[in-house]
Amino acid sequence: MVELLEVRRLVKHFPVRRGFLGRQTATVHAVDDVSFSLGENETLGLVGESGCGKSTTGFSILRLIEPTSGEVRFRGQNILALDKERMRGLRRHMQIVFQDPFGSLNPRLTVERIIEEPLLNYETIGGSGRRERVAEALELVGLLPEHMRRFPHEFSGGQRQRICVARALVLRPSLVVGDEPVSALDVSVRAQVLNLMVKLQRRLNLSYLFISHDLAVIRYVSHRVGVMYLGQIVELAEAKTLYARPLHPYTRALLSAVPVPDPRRGRTRILLKGDVPSPMNPPAGCRFHPRCPEMMPPCREHPPLMRIAAAGHIVRCHLYDGGEPWNPIPAACNGSAAQHSTAGGTL
Amino acid sequence: MRAPPERFRNLRAALRLWGETLRALGRSPGAVIGGVLFGLIIAASLFFPWVYTIDPLAQDLLARLAPPFWQEGGSLAHPLGTDNLGRDVLVRILYGSRVSLMVGFASVLVACGAGIALGLVSGYYGGRADSLIMRLADVFMAYPFMLLTISVIAVLGNSIFNLILVLGLSDWVTYARTIRGSVLSIKEKEFVLAAKSAGTCHHTILMRHVFPNVLSPILVLGTVRVANIIIWESGLSFLGMGVPPPMPTWGRMLAEGRVYIMDSWWLVTLPGLAIMLTILSINLLGDGLRDALDPRLRNIPR
Repeated sequence: MVELLEVRRLVKHFPVRRGFLGRQTATVHAVDDVSFSLGENETLGLVGESGCGKSTTGFSILRLIEPTSGEVRFRGQNILALDKERMRGLRRHMQIVFQDPFGSLNPRLTVERIIEEPLLNYETIGGSGRRERVAEALELVGLLPEHMRRFPHEFSGGQRQRICVARALVLRPSLVVGDEPVSALDVSVRAQVLNLMVKLQRRLNLSYLFISHDLAVIRYVSHRVGVMYLGQIVELAEAKTLYARPLHPYTRALLSAVPVPDPRRGRTRILLKGDVPSPMNPPAGCRFHPRCPEMMPPCREHPPLMRIAAAGHIVRCHLYDGGEPWNPIPAACNGSAAQHSTAGGTL
Repeated sequence: MRAPPERFRNLRAALRLWGETLRALGRSPGAVIGGVLFGLIIAASLFFPWVYTIDPLAQDLLARLAPPFWQEGGSLAHPLGTDNLGRDVLVRILYGSRVSLMVGFASVLVACGAGIALGLVSGYYGGRADSLIMRLADVFMAYPFMLLTISVIAVLGNSIFNLILVLGLSDWVTYARTIRGSVLSIKEKEFVLAAKSAGTCHHTILMRHVFPNVLSPILVLGTVRVANIIIWESGLSFLGMGVPPPMPTWGRMLAEGRVYIMDSWWLVTLPGLAIMLTILSINLLGDGLRDALDPRLRNIPR
């Protein structure tokens, strides 16, 4: 079966240029070897601290920034190899909702013009047909068709985010990347928007790549969860399994930091020492080893592979070196993938 | 003729947005005073010649150097007196305002046009085009403007067209740099990324999303620049490099009246006052516009 979206060994390095001649002095390893897949109707949550490369991953998948290497297969087609025109044709199936509801709507356009823009680009329908589609999209996200004549600044944050969702859905895409779509909202409004997104997923057969730093939000919306640390996925599993039995020491530390709304229940918090190292100079060996409470000698030198620790539970940690290596590339794949698989897991 | 109503909906929406700016402008007393004064000056320069029908070149040699009417020896035939050739000062000031305003606005238009186009390209596309345009701007910045103007006028001859061209082209750098800076910040906004992911092409992104959002600093800059250009034009006319002679200009009135400053004060004071009031009104308006267009300052009680 071909998954809707398959990401293989995605890498994005940003060059750092300094000085008069703009020589490259360093490299930010924003995303380093990220692989996952996303099925139809599924939500994959990507969770991690700020700066761990979640958003860069999301942007790279849509080619809003060009990844350095890797593959992004949308319905089996590697979109990183597509030329401009064919990429443009594919964009209508993949849309994005951004974090900042104030920065993601052009303040000089009415809601109607904002939502109709994707339609203008891809569909040849007249003005009245377009207005109908805009009204439909507004109703879909719980706003009124009358709202289309207003400007973004006349709405609240939650309403603006609904407008963003309407813009993303007006072309009826199959994949929606949510880049922290509820992080800027108040808690009460956040729940409304989340419920809306979950409801729309069922109704419109959407697949979400949901990026957030909020463990509770991710747990609420995701079917599967990937935990990211310094540009890498360190653990990938079903949401239920991950929250019940986290395997990677980093995931355990993260989950132990979530407040429990029951004062009688005791809990042991795992406190991490130090700060996240700079992605300009990631540590050798396992990237988490300087802060890991269970650090072992090999962690300093050998980067761990992604291994299958339990059924459907993949971990990048030397504690689980007994598991089978996880190969995100199915055997029956065409030539371009072959060279990647021989490159090995020692990035 | 029945136009489909949706044709006008976008227009109406845009007007509503500008209406808000205008209302904010109306709340600032400085802007209102400046606006009214500037409106009066424009109205006077446009319509007065029909009401006050005196030939600005006609010489009344019997009434040479007549003082304004409120002084001894003055008369209502020449309300603001006459110059050394017996030409009416009031009508010359009014005709001079046409030259000043026209040169001011036209030069700013030329500069704005060139600056906006180059700044948009430079900021949005970046790379080589950006380097090229910005180095060109550096060259223009490094060259003394007055020298450039004087040498160009000396070579091409002084006509009003040459004046507008040279004043306009020597001023594009400011606009280009302002626009470039704003474009650099706007193009990182999420709505530009959203447009990109919605499949909008670069040209449309530039015109629909970037350009309207970088317009307000240019509007403010342009307003203040009109005042600057009027001063430069007066300066050039004073030096005899401005608009050629029969046409009365404020700068040349100052130059010609300079000789008589001791006994005929009105020859230099009144055109000088006209320059001052025009500049003042434009600057008041520009300040108000800046505050009105900046949403951070919009709702601060004064």
